[in-house]
Amino acid sequence: MRYDSLLDSVGHTPLVGLPMLSPSPEVRLWAKLEDRNPTGSVKDRAAFRMVEQAEKEGLLQPGATILEPTSGNTGISLAMGAKLRGYRLTVVMPENTSAERRQLLEMYGAKIIYSPAAGGSNEAVRVAKRLAAENPDWVMLYQYGNEANARAHYETTGPELLADLPEITHFVAGLGTTGTLMGTGRFLREHVPGVKIVAAEPRYGELVYGLRNVDEGFVPELYDESVLTTRFSVSSADALAATRELLNAEGIFAGISAGCVLHAAMALGAKAAEAGERADIALIVADGGWKYLSTGAYDGTLDQAEERLEGQLWA
Amino acid sequence: MAIEVRIPTILRTYTDGAKQVEGAGSTLSELIEDIDARHSGLRDRLVADGGLRRFVNVYLNDEDVRFLGGLETPVKDGDTVTVLPAVAGGAA
Repeated sequence: MRYDSLLDSVGHTPLVGLPMLSPSPEVRLWAKLEDRNPTGSVKDRAAFRMVEQAEKEGLLQPGATILEPTSGNTGISLAMGAKLRGYRLTVVMPENTSAERRQLLEMYGAKIIYSPAAGGSNEAVRVAKRLAAENPDWVMLYQYGNEANARAHYETTGPELLADLPEITHFVAGLGTTGTLMGTGRFLREHVPGVKIVAAEPRYGELVYGLRNVDEGFVPELYDESVLTTRFSVSSADALAATRELLNAEGIFAGISAGCVLHAAMALGAKAAEAGERADIALIVADGGWKYLSTGAYDGTLDQAEERLEGQLWA
Repeated sequence: MAIEVRIPTILRTYTDGAKQVEGAGSTLSELIEDIDARHSGLRDRLVADGGLRRFVNVYLNDEDVRFLGGLETPVKDGDTVTVLPAVAGGAA
């Protein structure tokens, strides 16, 4: 495939079968390898689309500063996009994210402001909103509430999946900003009667839920419950085990959120096989494993890896 | 046998610091009533206006009860119920 520039090469990622992990020839799992995007994650789709939209609306002038709360991947996508388009980028990132993300962001020229580990991404969102109020000339794209995030998936991820797998019965993806699930989910629901849209949500260690009270919780503005069929909470242990199984059985070296999604997808597959129903389950591999090597997720026993991940934002 | 309920850090003031408590009931609503009888005040942190509070997520064996029947979701002995505050999550 030939593209005019790196930014033009976003998307069109491969959908690969997982024959070893599929329960039967009638119940098949398919992984959409989003690590094959320019900066190595699914976030390139939403990030570049949000920048493009802000440019169209005249919000971004040359040399402008973009501000974004992110646990990493969106920041890396924006950093690359900002560099090529001539903007500055400041990201607000929880301090309990992996070293690789910091190094990549700095390499692309982004400025990082750390938010406290306790409270996880909630805290990053709060700090970013405060900074946006204090710096009215900065442009916060705000992935949690920016319709261009979901629209990127409605216009690209959804149609790509439908073209590659018209017989799709389930779509499973991680739940963060909810953009992937909302956009892809809406598109698939419009085109595939009865398709099931399933969210897999990472369940972190207690530190990440260290809010002062429940009223401080956060639900992304993009989230629309009616798009989903159901939603699973996946523990670090289950996500790690599935991440390793994906490598052992299928050779795919993926980030830990892929394990989270795979765990839910395998449960759906087992249920369909038990009920004697046909299923073609597509799942999102949001990124590769490279950025998580320093977390110890791939080293030693599962128990050791789980212990090391405690308190870290692994997806 | 009973139903195990996992309590998040911010709500453990109601459970004397216990990470998990046990309860009984045939629906989530009954289970919450049962637990509230021993851990007074917990119900009001979870439920408001006849439904789950906006920033509270409850999972029955890892599945979000909002997609299972909300407070009327059937529960049984041996189930695990996990309560978590809604957070911005990861993968962002």
